[in-house]
Amino acid sequence: MSIASVFDIALVALILAIGASTILVRTAFAAVVMFAVYGLLLSIAWVRLHAVDVALTEAAIGGGMTGLLLLGAVARSRSDDVDRVRVGYPVRLAAGGLCALVVAGLAIVVLHPPAAVPTLAPVVMENLPPSGLGNPVAGVLFVFRALDTLLEKVVVLLALLGVWSLAPDRAWGGTPGLQVYAKPDPPLIFLAQLLPPVGIVFGIYMCWVGAKDPGGAFQGGTVLAAMWLLVIVAGLQKAPAISRLWLRGLLIAGPMLFLAIGLAGWVFADAFLAYPEGYAKPLIVAVEATLTLSIAVALAMLAAGPPERAQQQ
Amino acid sequence: MNAATLFGLCGAALVGIGLYGLITNPEPLRKILAFNLLGSGVFLLFGMIARRAAAAGLGGDPVPQAMVITAIVVAFAATAMAIALVQRLADETGRASISSDSSDAVDGEGKS
Amino acid sequence: MPATTVLDATTADGALLVLAIVLPVVGILLSFVLGGRYAERIAGVLLPAGFIVACIIFLKVWQGGEPLIYIVGGWQPPLGITLRADGLSVAMMVAMAIVICLIGVFAHANFGSRAASVETRAPLVFWVMLMAISGAMNMIFLGGDLFTLYVALELLTFAAVPLVCLDGRVETLQAALRYLLFALLGSILYLVGTALLYGSYGTLDIVLMSQRVRLEPATLAAATLMTLGLFAKTALFPLHLWLPPAHAGAPAAASAVLSAVVVKGSFFLIVRLWFDALPGLLSVAASQLIGVLGASAIICGNIVALRQKRLKLLIAYSTVAQIGYLFLMFPLAFSADPSPHHYGDALTAGMLQTISHATAKAAMFMAAGLIYAALGHDRISELGGIARALPMTMFAFGLGGLCLIGLPPTGGFLAKWLLLEATIATAQWWWAIVIIAGGLLTSAYIYIVLSRTMGPPNAPLTLYAAVPKYQEVAALGLACLSVLLGLVALGPIDVLQVGRPEAPMAGLR
Repeated sequence: MSIASVFDIALVALILAIGASTILVRTAFAAVVMFAVYGLLLSIAWVRLHAVDVALTEAAIGGGMTGLLLLGAVARSRSDDVDRVRVGYPVRLAAGGLCALVVAGLAIVVLHPPAAVPTLAPVVMENLPPSGLGNPVAGVLFVFRALDTLLEKVVVLLALLGVWSLAPDRAWGGTPGLQVYAKPDPPLIFLAQLLPPVGIVFGIYMCWVGAKDPGGAFQGGTVLAAMWLLVIVAGLQKAPAISRLWLRGLLIAGPMLFLAIGLAGWVFADAFLAYPEGYAKPLIVAVEATLTLSIAVALAMLAAGPPERAQQQ
Repeated sequence: MNAATLFGLCGAALVGIGLYGLITNPEPLRKILAFNLLGSGVFLLFGMIARRAAAAGLGGDPVPQAMVITAIVVAFAATAMAIALVQRLADETGRASISSDSSDAVDGEGKS
Repeated sequence: MPATTVLDATTADGALLVLAIVLPVVGILLSFVLGGRYAERIAGVLLPAGFIVACIIFLKVWQGGEPLIYIVGGWQPPLGITLRADGLSVAMMVAMAIVICLIGVFAHANFGSRAASVETRAPLVFWVMLMAISGAMNMIFLGGDLFTLYVALELLTFAAVPLVCLDGRVETLQAALRYLLFALLGSILYLVGTALLYGSYGTLDIVLMSQRVRLEPATLAAATLMTLGLFAKTALFPLHLWLPPAHAGAPAAASAVLSAVVVKGSFFLIVRLWFDALPGLLSVAASQLIGVLGASAIICGNIVALRQKRLKLLIAYSTVAQIGYLFLMFPLAFSADPSPHHYGDALTAGMLQTISHATAKAAMFMAAGLIYAALGHDRISELGGIARALPMTMFAFGLGGLCLIGLPPTGGFLAKWLLLEATIATAQWWWAIVIIAGGLLTSAYIYIVLSRTMGPPNAPLTLYAAVPKYQEVAALGLACLSVLLGLVALGPIDVLQVGRPEAPMAGLR
């Protein structure tokens, strides 16, 4: 057995153990901490699967942002003690049986790949050069399956509006809570002064290299969002009121530009969401750059939660 | 067994663990956690499919990889929405138990 | 596997399909930046425009007898994504567009924001989500790629859940949370299926999939998980527990759109999956099982509806029952002795039931909302005299009820008639018993409500609020549509067969 496969087996065992413990531990706080560790391990798994783009996304969003969100929720919930209610033994047994069945079914499928494994990798590589992109994943996201990516931006916006819609009426248009951290401590403030310049450069870099190497709008946007949240949480800057026009403008700028370029493709290229020959790369880079900003704002506001205080005029 | 299959099996097991947590844990926050676990298991299945389809000099099929990126973002948005709901619910029930006036809450059902 | 793969090409007028999806998206983005005061005006322009686009697409497909196709970005599947409008899509698109437009008219009273000086919460959320639902539904009807359909399904979920708890009461928040968890479980199960299918066939395009599909463990596992997930989203018995509190607790306009439109999205995907993507794969035993779930939904939903004390809950439980009818098309279409004729008939019946339930149920929820607004409650035992106070509203409710029962000439009658015919033709009399029993139970609770409202009031009736005429007209308009739907048998019903491959024979089994 090679060292790599020993490493993989150990990694899988660790992922499964920590994953199971997020379900089994008694307190919600412990579960959330476990989950953050789990997210990091998972991104290593993605590297081992040769999917660096996904690894970055998983680390930034799946682990980082989701962990932050859950941590905030646990900190705010007053029920910080052990779960009070537990479902009965028969239900757990039945659920266990059902889940075992699902796992068995999936395992059978995993262990029996089709005789000829289908792949689109050659077709992607064949059609990538005209777009000027070097990263095939970016090619799929912004060229071949651009419609999915565009719709997904709308999904994020809707989720944000859904989160905002949970505000009490009196707070509408006001600023999100983030009250948990009412009194930021000096180390946090220090961190908030130190990290953002580095983080912002890193975020922009990630978006920029996304065209050629792993990285891209989501990952870059997430880093920017995290930096912004850090600054807000440390009290160095106030969270923006959700009625601000600049905020709304930033939120839709990315999807709007994407849509506009898509529609222009109707006129200047031969189809909706097609790029005119020779202009593909600059257009995609422009879309990615604006999307990075929009995603950063949307993710940060999603994590910040619904407005809680009315805006002071 | 190669790495792709190993992580595929890991994904399958995570789907089971997440599903179990989603069904058996009554606390909403823990259900949301379990949903994320379930989701990451599904993503690993995509990863296994991408990896075993490696060709043309790439480490994996980029199409399923791109789909996972899309799905991770959607799952995050879903988590944010669910958590906002849980918190609002906690705020409201906390307030309701303090004011101990639940009669109009019952009466308000089916409000137009 | 067939060696020849005919490549699709964008058809003339295929661009209309893009328009049907882009219009609502533009509306959502504009509403965000222009703010809540303009959201209603934007929806007021874009929703009717969407209806017109849907009608044009319908006419093109009906007259041309060929599906419209658009290749997005010029990238052929399996690499790219296609939009495809066949008979099923255009019929559903037009029907849902009408329902959504009339719900928009009705909602003006509750979410009107033209005169407001500042943006308020509920109107912005309602109008944006209404446009999002219209866009997501169009995407579901037109999408030719299973992963794009996943994104559309999530779009639909995220638009629907906030509508449930728009008024922020504890019960509605609980209902919304439960709905969200069910819906998320549903979409993730659907996603597992897409992963496995891609792993087997290297494509998620529905047409390519239908040419490549073979009976093997991966395909069966994928199809089972996807179907289970979509069952949860469609609230098929016994996964219906989230529906009644969510649909009954929402504001009337939201209840109407949730019950009439949203649950049909995931149902349509089940149809796409079994009839188009994986044709001929559904075994007779599995189709009988789906039928049993549908039948249980009809019986249980109706019995529970009969016992409800509140009007909106009664209507919500009747949705559970009516959803059951939709699933009876599976055992009838995939019977032991398949013939193209029954296959098409069962499909037509299912689609008709979808559309007539949409119109009738929207009308009934609107009527219930008006009654609630007028009386301040919806306790069925205290509805006496309301028929005299709000005759048009009660008339709309009654007509909707007739459609649910399935009396001629309503769309419900035609749908149930076709189902009954198919049960006889395929010699599956047991479903006929369920259909008839369901009709009797439905008529019992519709009768109870109608006789209460026409009876004398217990106490002198005080109306808290005047009911705007146009709201009553919107409800009545939908109710009339549900009645007139029965007449489509004379006309455009054949559009449903456009673009359908002939029924798969036993070859695959």
